[in-house]
Amino acid sequence: MKHDISFTINGEQVHLEVEPNKTLLKMLREDLNLTGAKEGCGAGECGSCTVIVDGKAVNSCMMLAVEANGKDIITVEGLAKNGVLDPLQETFIKNAALQCGYCTPGMLMSAKALLMRNPNPSEDDIKEAIGGNLCRCTGYKMIIDAIKEAAGQIN
Amino acid sequence: MYKYVGHDIKRVDGLEKVTGYAKYVDDIKMAGMLYAKIKKSPYAHAKILKVDVSKAMALEGVKAVITGADVPNRVGLYLEDKTFLATDKVRFVGEAVAAVAAISEEIAEEAIELIEVEYEELPGVFNAMDAIKHDAPLIHEDLGSYKYGPIFFPKPGTNISNHYKIRKGDVDKGFAEADYIMENEFYVPHIQHAPIENHSVIALTEPSGKLTVWSACQSPYAVRKALSVAFDLPLHKIRVIAPTVGGGFGGKAGTTLEGITIPLSKKCMGRPVKLTYTREEDMVGSFVRQGCLARIKTGVKKDGGIVAEENTFYWEGGAYTEYGVNIARAGGYASTGPYDIPNVKADSYCVYTNQPVGGPYRGFGMSEIHFAIEQNLDMIAIQMGIDPVEFRKINAIKEGGHTVTSQQLYNVGITKCIEAVEKDIEWGKANKASAPNKLRGKGIACMYKAPSQPNNVASSAIIKINEDGTANLMVTAMDIGQGSDTVLTQIAAEVLTIPVEKISIISGDTDVTPYEWQTVASRITYCAGNAVKKAAEDAKEQLLKLGSIGLGLPAEYLKLEDGYVVSAVYPDRKKSIASLALGLEMADGSGVHGPIIGRGSFIPPNVRNTDKETGQGEKPVAFWTFGAQAVEIEIDMETGQIEVIKVAAAYDVGKVINPQLCRGQIEGGIVQGIGSALLEHQIMENGKVKNPNFVDYKIPAVRDVPEMVVRIIEVPEVTGPYGARGVGEPAMVPTAPAIANAIYDALGIRINSLPLSAEKVLDAIKNNKSVSCKMVQNNKGEDGEGQVKCGIN
Repeated sequence: MKHDISFTINGEQVHLEVEPNKTLLKMLREDLNLTGAKEGCGAGECGSCTVIVDGKAVNSCMMLAVEANGKDIITVEGLAKNGVLDPLQETFIKNAALQCGYCTPGMLMSAKALLMRNPNPSEDDIKEAIGGNLCRCTGYKMIIDAIKEAAGQIN
Repeated sequence: MYKYVGHDIKRVDGLEKVTGYAKYVDDIKMAGMLYAKIKKSPYAHAKILKVDVSKAMALEGVKAVITGADVPNRVGLYLEDKTFLATDKVRFVGEAVAAVAAISEEIAEEAIELIEVEYEELPGVFNAMDAIKHDAPLIHEDLGSYKYGPIFFPKPGTNISNHYKIRKGDVDKGFAEADYIMENEFYVPHIQHAPIENHSVIALTEPSGKLTVWSACQSPYAVRKALSVAFDLPLHKIRVIAPTVGGGFGGKAGTTLEGITIPLSKKCMGRPVKLTYTREEDMVGSFVRQGCLARIKTGVKKDGGIVAEENTFYWEGGAYTEYGVNIARAGGYASTGPYDIPNVKADSYCVYTNQPVGGPYRGFGMSEIHFAIEQNLDMIAIQMGIDPVEFRKINAIKEGGHTVTSQQLYNVGITKCIEAVEKDIEWGKANKASAPNKLRGKGIACMYKAPSQPNNVASSAIIKINEDGTANLMVTAMDIGQGSDTVLTQIAAEVLTIPVEKISIISGDTDVTPYEWQTVASRITYCAGNAVKKAAEDAKEQLLKLGSIGLGLPAEYLKLEDGYVVSAVYPDRKKSIASLALGLEMADGSGVHGPIIGRGSFIPPNVRNTDKETGQGEKPVAFWTFGAQAVEIEIDMETGQIEVIKVAAAYDVGKVINPQLCRGQIEGGIVQGIGSALLEHQIMENGKVKNPNFVDYKIPAVRDVPEMVVRIIEVPEVTGPYGARGVGEPAMVPTAPAIANAIYDALGIRINSLPLSAEKVLDAIKNNKSVSCKMVQNNKGEDGEGQVKCGIN
């Protein structure tokens, strides 16, 4: 039996019918063609599927789509507004804070959720925020630098 | 000075990656797409008696089922020892024995459960030392009939798939001259590549028989070749497209899922079939880094000069060693590390075991052997009372010195690298620990590495100049994150004086982009870089020729400058590249030449085979990259936990093309090296992987990152583009041995196996489980003190 749900995604109101066992990640990727969020493990261990739900960073592979009912969701596709990149997107490029790019959408969303609730985070806050986002390429240092710069801490 | 080369140019793929627009294979959806799943072996070694797929076929929504009978041809890059699905036997737990394509993943999964396989279990072998015993069960009875490259030496009738030998100088004489002879052994376990993107492939068979494969792979042309062998198809009928690749580290260098999806797609004509591995499948069913047992016997003079070394490496290659044989070879021809030792005997054995398939992993044999070499060096230095840094300087290869194959080297930056990290880590200065229950230590390790590739591997590039003065660059070097798209674009921009943002690069489509052997071995900046440089120079030559006609000036007086053909003598006489892109328009309206297309082909010059019996040869590899890392660590004596405080790294990259991306490679390598040092270990029980997930198999997260100081040394490689050599893999090689050496510095405890987990360190502290240097002879004929404590801890 499918469930009717409605929610806001990247500023747009959406109505969908979803299976009760479908994850939010699958719904995003398969029903909404928002493939920015990635599956790296399917078990909440790598963070590459991170999206923002009501202001909080969430592993979308661990949340059921039906739970999205009434929620406000932001994915990486919603970060840039009217063709203007989010400061985090700018500083990730500038600091070479990405390599293969597979963890990047999740990393950006964890960082975005942090800056939304804490515009001036400490280095420890940053590490706490992206602690569940695995990156196998960069060694993380440039990612920390990029988030600091987006928070206006480095010029 | 250069305008683009040597500068921090922003990644050309940055925008598509930060917006989520970049498309990886699993992001691709096509009309009519089917989904595949595989049936896996529960046994490490067993005969397949019967596979019954009738119930699976009968399930609604199932479109095709295949078994080993559908893919009988043996394939392999260096040794053709594998089939894409098991045929006669299974050789590791998790090996694919059958596969299903269905209209949904759920139905495919259900169908897999309905496939019935009857096995007859066979005795298995789970480490190299058991596998080389004369009465060990044979994993490949038909090894003698397999095809292999001429640089490999399998031993049919055994589990040894390659025995690579080095015989340099007179090792007996060397040991006779030595004042001290010491023996040590070391072990590294199997580990995972763990790119965050799992393997994923889509295959489509068209009615004409044309096959298109979208694959998360590092080497589209190598995949195409393997598929051609496997499916008896001519190359022009196979198109391999690699979209954005989510990390490789060697794990995506070979051919894996393609061979399963293709036969499925043949049975579902016209419908694309996708197979994406789960994390667990990826950790068990794709390449892993091989385990390696290393034994080193070293003869040293009183002054610290090493005069003889005898090395034996036993590689646990897993069930198929189509790729692993070359790792054993690389370990052999690099067997003493970056040191000049006159007399060497080395034997490197690639051994079949009933374990997951060993394959190339960042560093390709070098991380494994340097874990042994660099600890061995420290153990000897400490035993002899020589400072480890000094001992390395004494023995490091100097200008005009020799490698183990007797290759003479010039432009050697290793001593500069050692000096740089010695300074950056403040060698000799003891820092206070952060708490009373903690101890600090420092350690150093060096490395060298050459691209482990056949001698005559080829690269090519095409550059099309457009009529608005922009350009398109086409290569099949894959940007797997290392930044090759950016670096290759910079090289083209430098030659053509066309800005980076006016050049578009396309890669990874065998019907469109020109040949590249593989994106492996830290060879792309060097090999593909040379091809791109030649292609750009070819286009430049054509532009200057046309400019010469148009300007009425000899071509040798012309140059390219900011998008124009310019006279060196009369700067006002110039013609834009845009105006020449489609040919030169003459005064009477006629045209000459036509479109400018630059073509570049490259093979590393003069790389030749080594002698079969001695492994000696004056140029067995294209170039060597040298580097060093020094670390400072802090050990919690109550938990055994190690915190890496600081890593100083220095690499001689010849000429850095993009300093920021180069730093990114080195930082990423250090952290991956820390993972292999402290955390990572594929735990197996009778060949079954016990920790195939990120909870039980931890890779470094942000809190595992130390302070990193990266120094880039530039001693040019004369055959490299602008003097560049590769650095991607060398970045992780010295980290683990440097940490092991720092543990000894802090505690006086030697641990000679990985990982250096808190559990193992605490056990060594509590139970005094240090391994000592085994001195088997000194100049007085006395036995050394360390003999009692040999073995692996």
